[in-house]
Amino acid sequence: MNENSILEMRNIDKVFPGVRALSGVDFTLRKGEIHALMGENGAGKSTLIKVLTGVYPKDNGEIRMAGHDKPVNIKSPEDAQNIGISTVYQEITLCSNLSVAENIFIGREKSFFTNWKMRNKRAGEILKSLDIPASPTQQLGTCSIAVQQMVAIARAVDMECKILILDEPTSSLDEQEVAKLFKLMRELKQRGVGIIFVTHFLDQVYEVCDRITVLRDGKLVGEYEIKDLPRLMLVSKMLGKELDDMSSIKSDNGGYTGEDKDKILFEAENLSSVEAVNPFDFHIKKGEVNGFTGLLGSGRSESVRAIFGADRVLSGKLKKDGKDIKITKPIDAMKNKIAYLPEDRKEDGIIGDLSVRENIILALQVLEGFFHPFSRAKAEEFADEYIKLLEIKTASTDTPVKSLSGGNQQKVILARWLLTHPDYLILDEPTRGIDVGTKVEIQKLVLKLASEGMGVTFISSETDEMLRTCSRLIVMRDRHVVGELTGEDLNQHKIMSTIAEGEGEK
Amino acid sequence: MKKRILAVLMALVMVLCVAGCGGGGAAKKGNGLIKVGIINNDPNESGYRTANDKDLKATFCEANGYEASFAYSLKNDEQITYAQKFIQDGVDYLLLSAADTAGWDSVLKDAKDAGIHVILFDRTIDADPSLYDASIVSDMAKEGDTAVNWLKGQGLSEYNVIHIQGVMGSAAQKGRTGALDAQVAADASWNLVTQQTAEWNAEKAQQIVQSVIDSGASFNVIYAENDDMAKGAVAALDKANISHGVGKDVIVMGFDCNKWALQELLSQNWNYDGQCNPFQSSYIDEVIKTIESGSSPAQKTIIMDEKGFDASTITAEDVENYGI
Amino acid sequence: MKTGNIFQKIFRRQIMIPLAAFLLLAIFNLVADPSFYKITLGYNSAGNPVLSGYLITILDYGSELAILAIGMTLVTAASGGQDISVGAAIAISGSMLLRCLCGADTRSENLNMPIICAFLISMVVASLFGAFNGVLVAYFKIQPMVATLILFTAGRSIAAWINNNELPIVNDQSFAIYGGFIPGIPIPMPFFIAVIVMIITWLILKFTNLGLYVQSVGINEKSSRLNGLNPELLKVLTFVLLGVCVSVAALIKTSRLMTINYSVIAKDIEMDAILAVALGGNALSGGKFNIPASILGAYVIQFLTTTLYKFNVSSDALSAYKAVVVILLVVFSSESVRGWIGGLFKKTVAVKAGKEAKS
Repeated sequence: MNENSILEMRNIDKVFPGVRALSGVDFTLRKGEIHALMGENGAGKSTLIKVLTGVYPKDNGEIRMAGHDKPVNIKSPEDAQNIGISTVYQEITLCSNLSVAENIFIGREKSFFTNWKMRNKRAGEILKSLDIPASPTQQLGTCSIAVQQMVAIARAVDMECKILILDEPTSSLDEQEVAKLFKLMRELKQRGVGIIFVTHFLDQVYEVCDRITVLRDGKLVGEYEIKDLPRLMLVSKMLGKELDDMSSIKSDNGGYTGEDKDKILFEAENLSSVEAVNPFDFHIKKGEVNGFTGLLGSGRSESVRAIFGADRVLSGKLKKDGKDIKITKPIDAMKNKIAYLPEDRKEDGIIGDLSVRENIILALQVLEGFFHPFSRAKAEEFADEYIKLLEIKTASTDTPVKSLSGGNQQKVILARWLLTHPDYLILDEPTRGIDVGTKVEIQKLVLKLASEGMGVTFISSETDEMLRTCSRLIVMRDRHVVGELTGEDLNQHKIMSTIAEGEGEK
Repeated sequence: MKKRILAVLMALVMVLCVAGCGGGGAAKKGNGLIKVGIINNDPNESGYRTANDKDLKATFCEANGYEASFAYSLKNDEQITYAQKFIQDGVDYLLLSAADTAGWDSVLKDAKDAGIHVILFDRTIDADPSLYDASIVSDMAKEGDTAVNWLKGQGLSEYNVIHIQGVMGSAAQKGRTGALDAQVAADASWNLVTQQTAEWNAEKAQQIVQSVIDSGASFNVIYAENDDMAKGAVAALDKANISHGVGKDVIVMGFDCNKWALQELLSQNWNYDGQCNPFQSSYIDEVIKTIESGSSPAQKTIIMDEKGFDASTITAEDVENYGI
Repeated sequence: MKTGNIFQKIFRRQIMIPLAAFLLLAIFNLVADPSFYKITLGYNSAGNPVLSGYLITILDYGSELAILAIGMTLVTAASGGQDISVGAAIAISGSMLLRCLCGADTRSENLNMPIICAFLISMVVASLFGAFNGVLVAYFKIQPMVATLILFTAGRSIAAWINNNELPIVNDQSFAIYGGFIPGIPIPMPFFIAVIVMIITWLILKFTNLGLYVQSVGINEKSSRLNGLNPELLKVLTFVLLGVCVSVAALIKTSRLMTINYSVIAKDIEMDAILAVALGGNALSGGKFNIPASILGAYVIQFLTTTLYKFNVSSDALSAYKAVVVILLVVFSSESVRGWIGGLFKKTVAVKAGKEAKS
């Protein structure tokens, strides 16, 4: 084991039924460094962390830690804590109704009796030494999220952790809170703690980290010093497109030839929502396919949700067909012939226990109003029409939608929205988790709809899909719009460089 | 000291009703009024309690030479707090209808030490009889006996009784059931068609009688341990066209003498209603007069006179006087 | 093989649960005492023909429970919780009804206003209390059982307060019809009222989107919102509808005795109503619902109660027997047990088929 290292993971394999989540991954953490673990969704970051913290047993490989002669065998999260590995998760896992001191010490009492005076004094010392602005007797729930986050870290520090894992700690913090957290991280670094930092925010990586390990598809892409890896390189490593072999694929979208071809269908000015999207401007023309791109967590989904009124809108002026409209909740958008296929199919899309038929007619039925239900025959007709059109594979229209495959579920939701005959269709990750054949079908459908005059906003984490379908891309990073690409600029290289370096008005 | 004042103040606030008859804090010697503190159950508990409270208020007022304070609670510990407060106030008599039988020893001892006379009404307690001067109660067993004797006097050749009981284990249920059970055991011509608790609930009584009617069993007496249940039973009879009342197929008996129930007697729909006397105040008044005159009451436990009304003899005056 | 599938399918049908319970009780009574099913035609005190017998009693007394089960099913489906204040709400609604009928004089000989007006007022009052529960559940996100605990605790006192703690008694016989008989028709009126409520419910479900909306909200609230529904409003609506059902049940209950006893009227009926929903095979966690199954469940519970009364089981022991039913219900409605029973049938059929093939 290297002298400087505090942790060495070698050749880690982890197989889930049907998926090879990790294959031969190496990871090294040095004493007193902040190490970013990067990768897109499904790259294996969280699996690697769960192996390290004993949540999953590893299938192969070994883990060595400083101070242990033999490879360590971590069988449970408790084992991990005992040998000095602590984790602070995105969601606070402490008890908000207990005091700060209680939270620092809970579950670690060695004897049944507790000297609270001593405890509070000790907690006070820890808080002070880490410069955390909280009092030991304060109820945790009354502290800001950032402070709660820091208390969680203080708890970890007091357990004499040698390795601290921070899993997306900053996603619910504002900029000042993030700054405070970083100060604390640097302080711990001085004390020799090795920190593994998982985040989607590129700027933060470059602000605070020393080294980066990039994973992709369960494999190690590489380990880099931060100064050796410019942002563009990082993005390309994460997406798995080497800069050279990125062929630009022209979108062949030009189908719509109506007279009102260049008419603006919908536009938004200074739109923002509670989901922390910075105010942005947006428009779409008739027959246009555009898209929001950016890494996961960059705010692309939040932006379209704001358009549809899915999250509480804070500001913004909206126009449809040149007329001012107001959208505060989804039904407003629906009445203005806007449709939205949400990113999370299971949570936000399907009504699992209801039949395919009911799922298909739902949105139109809501638009029709409480007193105008379709007859059974009419509903069957609608369902059959779209089952045929979209080639949905289902035993009958009565089958509960939850028993369909992911791709067919997605088509059911698509059918639901097409049935409302929208002018403007928003598709957030319509192709996620479905088979290749269906993906292509959906892309073709999008282009066909646009050629009939519909405006479509298309979001996908697969860039080439977006390049194939969109004629204009809005690039986002860290919840800001950082660029807009059209025409010649629509290529992988340009997208990545915009994601990495584009300047948005901050 | 401060704490004590606070406690007294709080107790004052807790007293729900301070009688309007008295002229304020003047002592007995000053205006010649006898100070009584009355602790009772919540008058909203039942019609019986409402009548009981009304009766007490009518008797213990300034016109009759009393200065009365009232306190209500269904909870024993709150009642004890009130008792302590009355003792501190220096009442002459403490009248008590205890929510629970236990836990009164120490506070009654305090009263005795302070020279306060204690008179229990409606309910007895588990305490040494030397701690109170008199106890004025109903005798539920006697109520049952009176009713059963009345029924015996009807001279039916056969008694087929539907017996609808109150909440099992309550004093009223035990007393009223005991007399009937004894009679049924003693006399072969008395049968229980069914014996069921309806828990003082008219709806349940209706279902029980309905069930007997459905079964086709014959019966000629309904012995319901309160008026509500008798009413439920009668509703079932009406539905099945079974005649009831004076000179009809089924004898209907109830207890408690609600005014509306006595009216049913008056119109001959029911046959009998047993009184559970809520009017203890005249007895209490008498006991107080005896003590004031320097002697002590002849008996410690005074059992009230309780009537049973027969539909064939009841008058409109009875309804007015005894209906609660 | 095919037959086995059919058995499995049958056993997975929701209506099977109350139906099986119903058949079990029916067979038990047939074996124990066939006279249970005897129905006789007689004449009541007004000289009108009436049917009587245990079955008629079940139809009669099961009716208000069936009406409540309809409302409770909707509330359960939309909010994934139950309203435990139903009994107290009946006390309030009944008290209001009698207050309107009798006016200030609790012994008045004449009706103070037409019954229909008094009924409509009591319905409005019950709906408002329903809306109160609904707002607590939908907008303040309080667990339904906890939210309705408020009215459960306070309801009977409110009912007493409406009539200044007096017990009003209705003397006009036209009010007795709703819990008794219509002259000339030998079937109890409560059953007809229940049928009317069922028909109205059926019409509502057919001519509005209530069913689709409520189920969507109950299954996936987030997704329903994104489809333009207003989950909060729909939840309040179901509580209001339950309030309407409550007022109908209160009409029947007060009409039966022509008076009201605030502390005991419709005591524990909420538990029976919830049990009816569960017996109907509806998930108490909300989502899909089946109203006919709930209605059948309600009558099955009355069937059980009547059976127990017939066998002279002490009425304070009734709840213990109902508890046994709940236990059986929980076991038999679980997917795995039903699948297992279906599988068992399949096996027997297969074995039989095998034997036949051999011979």
